[in-house]
Amino acid sequence: MTAKQPVLEVHNIGLTVGSKTILEDCSLTLCPGELKVLIGPSGAGKSTFLQCINFLQMPDTGHIILEGKTIDQKNKAALCTYRTKVGMIFQDFKLFDHLNALDNVAIALRKVRGMTKNAAKERALQELARVNLSEQTTLYPAQLSGGQKQRVAFARALAMDPIILLLDEPTSALDPELVGEVLTVIRDLASHGMTMIMATHQMDFIRSISTEIIFMEKGRIVEQGAPESLLNDAVQSRTKQFYQSLSSL
Amino acid sequence: METFTSLFAGALKTMHVVLDALPSIVSGSVVTLGIVFGALTIGLVIGLFFALLHVYGAPWQRLLVSLYVWFFRGFPILVLLFLGYGCFAAMGLPMHPFLIATIVLGLTSCAYQSQIFRGAILSLRGGQMQAARALGMRDSQAIFSIIIPQALRLSIPGWTNEYSILLKDSAICFVLGTQDIMAKTAFAAARTHEHLALYAAAGVLYFFLTLVIVKLLNRVEQAFHIPGYTSSSGEQNL
Amino acid sequence: MDIDVAFFQNDLLPALNRGLWVSLALIIPASTIGFVCGIILGCARTFGSRFVKKLGDAFTALVRGVPLAIQLLFIYYALPKLGIYFEPYGAALTAFIICTSAYQSEYVRGALLSIRRGQILAAKALGFTPMKTILFIIIPQAARRALPGCGNEIIYLIKYSSLAYLVTCMELMGEGKVVASDTFRFMEVFLVVGLYYLAMVTLATLLLNAIERKSHIPGFRAR
Repeated sequence: MTAKQPVLEVHNIGLTVGSKTILEDCSLTLCPGELKVLIGPSGAGKSTFLQCINFLQMPDTGHIILEGKTIDQKNKAALCTYRTKVGMIFQDFKLFDHLNALDNVAIALRKVRGMTKNAAKERALQELARVNLSEQTTLYPAQLSGGQKQRVAFARALAMDPIILLLDEPTSALDPELVGEVLTVIRDLASHGMTMIMATHQMDFIRSISTEIIFMEKGRIVEQGAPESLLNDAVQSRTKQFYQSLSSL
Repeated sequence: METFTSLFAGALKTMHVVLDALPSIVSGSVVTLGIVFGALTIGLVIGLFFALLHVYGAPWQRLLVSLYVWFFRGFPILVLLFLGYGCFAAMGLPMHPFLIATIVLGLTSCAYQSQIFRGAILSLRGGQMQAARALGMRDSQAIFSIIIPQALRLSIPGWTNEYSILLKDSAICFVLGTQDIMAKTAFAAARTHEHLALYAAAGVLYFFLTLVIVKLLNRVEQAFHIPGYTSSSGEQNL
Repeated sequence: MDIDVAFFQNDLLPALNRGLWVSLALIIPASTIGFVCGIILGCARTFGSRFVKKLGDAFTALVRGVPLAIQLLFIYYALPKLGIYFEPYGAALTAFIICTSAYQSEYVRGALLSIRRGQILAAKALGFTPMKTILFIIIPQAARRALPGCGNEIIYLIKYSSLAYLVTCMELMGEGKVVASDTFRFMEVFLVVGLYYLAMVTLATLLLNAIERKSHIPGFRAR
């Protein structure tokens, strides 16, 4: 088999809260090195879908296969291991407020990977250097700018050596002038072959970097395909309509 | 002139009595502080546990904690002290006043401290728990290395307050026969009939003990201060 | 443990019901008079001259720093030395009023200080006189902010009214203690005494919550 084996398969995820259907029958597969982009109006369920993929929200239906193994969502230990392999970047960073940049990266290395204090520190310094934050290692979250916080969050996630990274609108909480530094990190990751799923509204970015666009609306995946085919001048797709409404802003 | 002399003599005598009784009263502060810090420790350990149950526990566990808090917040300390006395007697435990007082105040403080910690946990910025889970931490790991360190920091002001409340409550324990500041003062006052001066002296001592420890705890708060770290009670995302 | 119904019916409950009236006669006047004094003291500590502020702060710090038990015994046993005599009831009531007003003034002051400058500027800009600003802008906001704290203070007072027993005022606690000492049934007696207090506290809490809900304004944080 020379064709790429999918590293992650997400099958028929559904989630209902009360009487409201949040997600319905959402599936996707991800091959190594791919960057799939989730777009769609707010409230479409992109964030929830990403959280379900990481089991931060437990889906009601569906199953997930990572590297050929189906994940048992009842097995808590398996979930923890799974989550170390599938990293997550949040819209609002969610840095640990009581720890400085270095310890934010190091704490999971120590507590989850069981590394020694020194080894964790060394690794954390490496990761922070990779996102250009060698100068800010002793600063606390409240002392960092939004872009710096998000880069610490990247270092924190990458330190776990994830196979896949989930990005939930990583730039939408940032001031416009800070978006660039975070996009640089993502571009750098993509060029090094990191497999990613990203919810975003950065259109120019979507077009230039994604391997596939997934368009969601009302909790369902409406369209998916390569950016060229969906955003082609000739076609009339829902994706294109939405894309144009974004560009006209 | 004569009245002045007698007034002066009276004041001298009063001063003499107070100075005589002072060593005994001050020695009572060892017992007072013993009760207070014993109770604070009991309240800290059980209160933290209760707070975690209240926030992360199953519905029946929350109900149980709520009932506990309701009970201990509704009963006056004085009643609880006598009730504790009765319980000790009924169960045939040693009737040691210091022990009873410390346990009763500790269990009461536990109700209040659990509310302090619960408030602190709920006021943590949203998503701390979620971020920890996303890194593969088990819930217990997340609670111990992410939630508790933050909650404890945020609880220090509430804790300072709890200390001064307990110190004042401890002044009631003498009804059981503890040898604390209050008991020694009451004893000296009954013996010498110098109530005014002696109770004033005891009041000053309590005031001083409040001030010193509150200053100390404020120092502790400063020492654990993290730049720009304040709680935000806006989002509550557990 | 057998429950001795006769003991409860004939001895305990009549005594406690008698004590309950004394307790209420302590709590109700002490909380209302104390509250009014607390408002006056709180305003004085916020808006008064430097001297008045200093004096008010010192008084409050003193009352809050010294245990209520000491204040009570001081008033009952020590003041007669200065020629001021109190009945047990009068001594307890006086101590509770002093104590409550000091604590309440703290909440009133905090609420007044929490009003943002912009609110007063906005009122000025609309042509409100200072009096009207206080009546229609400051008080409605400050009252809502002070409500939780002041309510809590009343609940504390209900419980600490039991300290009147220390100066031999025969209220709920005192009556209970007599029965307990006579019969040596500490557990039953004080459990029931406690339930009386618990009922009063719960009732007051429900009432205060209802008031708080009634006066709630969306987005207006209590603290």
